[in-house]
Amino acid sequence: MKLIFEKSIPGRGQDIFPACDVPEKLPKKDMLRKAKVNLPEISENEMGRHYTALAKRAHGVNDGFYPLGSCTMKHNPRINEKMANLPGFAKLHPLQPAHTVQGANELITELEEFLCEITGMDGVTFSPAAGAHGEFTGLLLIKAYHHDRGEAERNEILVPDAAHGTNPASATMAGYKSVTIKSNENGTVDLDDLKAHLGPKTAGLMLTNPNTVGLFDPNIMEITRLVHEAGGLCYYDGANLNAVIGIVRPADIGFDVIHMNLHKTFSTPHGGGGPGSGPCAYKDFLAPFAPGLTCKDGKEYKRAEKSIGNMTGFYGNFLVNVKAYTYLLTIGKDVATLAQNAVLNANYMQEKLKDIYPIAFDTTCMHEFVIGLDPIYRKTHVSALDVAKALLDYGIHPPTIYFPLIVHEALMIEPTETETKETLDEAIQAFREIYDKIFSAPESVQQAPQTTPVLRLDDTKAAREPHLRYKFD
Amino acid sequence: MIDPKELKYSRDDEWVRYDGDAVYIGITDYAQSELGDLVFVNLPEVDDEVIAGEALGDVESVKAVADIISPVSGVVLEVNEELLDDAALINNDPYGAWFVKVGDVSDEVELLTADEYDAYRG
Repeated sequence: MKLIFEKSIPGRGQDIFPACDVPEKLPKKDMLRKAKVNLPEISENEMGRHYTALAKRAHGVNDGFYPLGSCTMKHNPRINEKMANLPGFAKLHPLQPAHTVQGANELITELEEFLCEITGMDGVTFSPAAGAHGEFTGLLLIKAYHHDRGEAERNEILVPDAAHGTNPASATMAGYKSVTIKSNENGTVDLDDLKAHLGPKTAGLMLTNPNTVGLFDPNIMEITRLVHEAGGLCYYDGANLNAVIGIVRPADIGFDVIHMNLHKTFSTPHGGGGPGSGPCAYKDFLAPFAPGLTCKDGKEYKRAEKSIGNMTGFYGNFLVNVKAYTYLLTIGKDVATLAQNAVLNANYMQEKLKDIYPIAFDTTCMHEFVIGLDPIYRKTHVSALDVAKALLDYGIHPPTIYFPLIVHEALMIEPTETETKETLDEAIQAFREIYDKIFSAPESVQQAPQTTPVLRLDDTKAAREPHLRYKFD
Repeated sequence: MIDPKELKYSRDDEWVRYDGDAVYIGITDYAQSELGDLVFVNLPEVDDEVIAGEALGDVESVKAVADIISPVSGVVLEVNEELLDDAALINNDPYGAWFVKVGDVSDEVELLTADEYDAYRG
């Protein structure tokens, strides 16, 4: 398939812009471009076909099952889009005076109340643009807190080895030393290793609960107590909030600050690079450090007294917040059913597969479970990557693979609550057929996929010699 | 050619080759085959201190990033910059592709002989 730049013909164009109906006023001459900008020149008809062809070659939640672990690819109700497209929201300018944006302000204030109710926290900043940005914000709040108390020597963030890769990355970005805490044989935090690493340098702990192997840490109350006793704060990575939303409030199990991925748990489309929304909720004692400007009284924008600054302008990706708000109003008081059905679906799939596929930690899981294909790989040389590729031929988006790092040949499956039993049964059938092929015709799995627009891609070459942009002559 | 039998090994899958007072450090054939095709390497700089049992850098494959745990404490004398340009050298010749040469060696983790390492990973 040709790239859009390759389809470009000089001089060809389209009439999508209406004629100018105001006096033309050009910027000063020295502010004008010296050379013409390289944009594809293509008719509207050809452009439409180009993007439709691309869409046909892709796989999204509208095409089929998408059990991508730790990513919560649930159905995004279409009403969210309708509300976000209302001109009163979509056509706002961020610099409009507060009195002209009362509806938007009311929405953000109510959404803050909802999220406080869900997390048990006292305040929310909508400044962060997405999840990792929310983590970074939370860590800057923790840092500002310690510095304000004259404890700047606290420079270590403890991160379990099962954590999302963003956790140590955010800690490093925030200027902290990231210290790895081991998991125990049950796949949860090793308390002895935690105790051994707590001390006067501890700034905090980052924890995903349930963690990336889909397990709720049974020692969570003791973990957060130990961190607090050492003078640290507890950060909740909300990536897996879908497993406990409406059932467990992070603040009630000892967390001080949390980010939520509105684009995962609160059903706003994601997966194509955004836009996301990663609001960060915090307890009262962190409020003085909150970022950005807020308009609590509906009259004027104010900054918190010891604010860490701006994470983005204004309320991050505001329209994503509109979608999350719509979702919560649609769900109403049934928020807990989201978590219950997410956990039910994951356990259903796990139960139906565990007689043949090795489950990494064979116990009742939360919203996702992890297959550790290593024993099968040793015998057959069919890897987690091969199984993932084979699923493509069944019209299923592969699960997350080779993560978490503590499980060899990992396949991490998160069905989400919005899939029907019939869809799950079809996926289970696909997994079982692939299992049979692993032993009867392993090369067919190793050579999968066969029905996709492109076959097995050379990941190594892509990483070693990336071509990231079109090179003009 | 390097004879893997002549090397010492850590339980974290690094090898150590003694060269007078200094040591060369790399990762084992087992480690490279577990990681798969390597695409990037992060290495320390000359004069950096490394500590036995702590990460001196990392290697990245298409499926994972793994720390290179230093088997010794000391000071980096040389860095194999070739690896920064072509991480595949490690896959092709894990015992020839040294990562760093370390001098002023003051401490080391418990090291295994080749036979002991084979038994450990076999």
